[in-house]
Amino acid sequence: MRSLIVRYPVADGVFRVLTTLTTAAVLGIVLWLLLGLVLKGAGDLSLAYLLTPPEASGLGGGISSVLVNTLLILSVCLLVVIPLGLACALFLTEMVSPASVAGQATGYCLDVLSGVPSIVFALFGYQLFAITLGLGFSIVAGGLTLACMALPLMVRTSQQAVLRVPADLVEAGHALSLSRAGMLRRVILPSARHGIAAGIVLSIGRTLAETAVLLFTAGYVLRLPGSLLDSGRALSVHIYDLAMHVPGGQPRAASAALVLVALIILTNLAVHRLLKTHRD
Amino acid sequence: MKLLKKHLDKWLSPEEQPDAAVLPALQGRSETAPPLTISNLAVSYQGRPALRRASLTVPGGKLMAVVGPSGCGKSSLLRCINRLSDTVAGCDVSGDIFMGGDNILESGMDVRALRRRVGMVFQQPNPFPLSIADNIRFPLREHGIRDRDGLSFSVEQNLRDVGLWAEVKDRLSQPALSLSGGQQQRLCLARTLALQPQVLLLDEPCSALDPIATEHIEQLIQRLKGRYTILMVTHNLAQARRLADHVTVCWVDEGCGCVVESGSREGIFVNSRHPITQAYCNGTKG
Repeated sequence: MRSLIVRYPVADGVFRVLTTLTTAAVLGIVLWLLLGLVLKGAGDLSLAYLLTPPEASGLGGGISSVLVNTLLILSVCLLVVIPLGLACALFLTEMVSPASVAGQATGYCLDVLSGVPSIVFALFGYQLFAITLGLGFSIVAGGLTLACMALPLMVRTSQQAVLRVPADLVEAGHALSLSRAGMLRRVILPSARHGIAAGIVLSIGRTLAETAVLLFTAGYVLRLPGSLLDSGRALSVHIYDLAMHVPGGQPRAASAALVLVALIILTNLAVHRLLKTHRD
Repeated sequence: MKLLKKHLDKWLSPEEQPDAAVLPALQGRSETAPPLTISNLAVSYQGRPALRRASLTVPGGKLMAVVGPSGCGKSSLLRCINRLSDTVAGCDVSGDIFMGGDNILESGMDVRALRRRVGMVFQQPNPFPLSIADNIRFPLREHGIRDRDGLSFSVEQNLRDVGLWAEVKDRLSQPALSLSGGQQQRLCLARTLALQPQVLLLDEPCSALDPIATEHIEQLIQRLKGRYTILMVTHNLAQARRLADHVTVCWVDEGCGCVVESGSREGIFVNSRHPITQAYCNGTKG
């Protein structure tokens, strides 16, 4: 019996070759990048590298103070971006209709904000937080500027998570005459929690990878900070500085980059896991 | 002062707490199930008519089955009675719905109080993603009942009422979503009954269930008749024959739903002279 499916051997073959080649190219870039970092930087990696402070502008010692600074900047950012992002997402989903002027305007502003280059956020953060509000080069100024940058991502992911809560649960809430606050607290937010958590982890990934913003706001200081108003060098800035300003710093930059990439891969794995749980 | 005294009394007499805690939910509730009278109800979505000229009467404590093909406005009709239609953007409702002496569609109607008097169970079981007990406790708390003993009493009483207590009494803190479809639907009914409504709206409550779970729900509905005025949408004519005291037949006329005939079960299934009703009940149409 002849197959009913019509086959085009040449066109199908070309399509198969092209898609396989492009996929191989994408995977090749990732593998090349990782392999390069491992070959250059894996030699210095050890537990001691993570737990000892840097010496001689990062050419010696480890990256403990840099990791602490990164963690503090990240914490300031998340402390601001989680409540603000969540509140804005709930405003868009619960308070206004998507077609209303407020809904449209807020959505448009978020889209613009997500397209703004990080160097523009850096200049804005430097002017507003470091100069006008007098925070100077500090962990707080860096964290707040990163929060502005991560905000659209957090809002949009949380908004999608809340919109995915089944409509029949919301309808059941209306039929039982439950308050909006009660429904949010007990039903909508718990149902959307995996999606919201994915938004938080994506924001962490975006924040960890950022350099330009922190050069302008958090500064370069390598030692452990005395307070959040002290300048503190984040991991991405440390890599930049070692690679560009410290003679012979390339291998050390690769070691730090390897740590950063490992952190980003971990956050991405967390996102995949959370989104999978959310869909299930 | 009266309110303070009531709370003090309740606090000082712990042995009476369950009853005292349930009392606030009974405020404004008369013991008899009220009749429902719908006249000239019309519903449209974004200006497009979905239901017109719908008039019917459900005597207090009786079960009215609303039957008809898909798209004939049965669910739209049901959603006007607890004003869920208010939550649909672009939905316009006109006509009158009287429950007892109150016109539900009047603009001054307290919708929150109305939805407590008119409970609803949906086609798909939709328990909240909470524990089994919290599915009942959460709505009660929202309606002002905070007393722990009163809440426990209500959880047990309503789960017994829907025949679920024996099956779940040892796992009340487990997620409601771990229950089977039929059990979830009974839990949704228990959650609705806990607010002590007078009218029940059942929107195809068995359509997502297997025959055994359907039989459970039907037995339950039989037991609830008399205590509540019930409006039940169903596609299943045999189910309407088994359960209903009264039947309303809806149809689609020129793309819009309408009520063809409404009357007693015998009046519709045995003695109807209306050609659409006859054809639908005989299975030659629909």
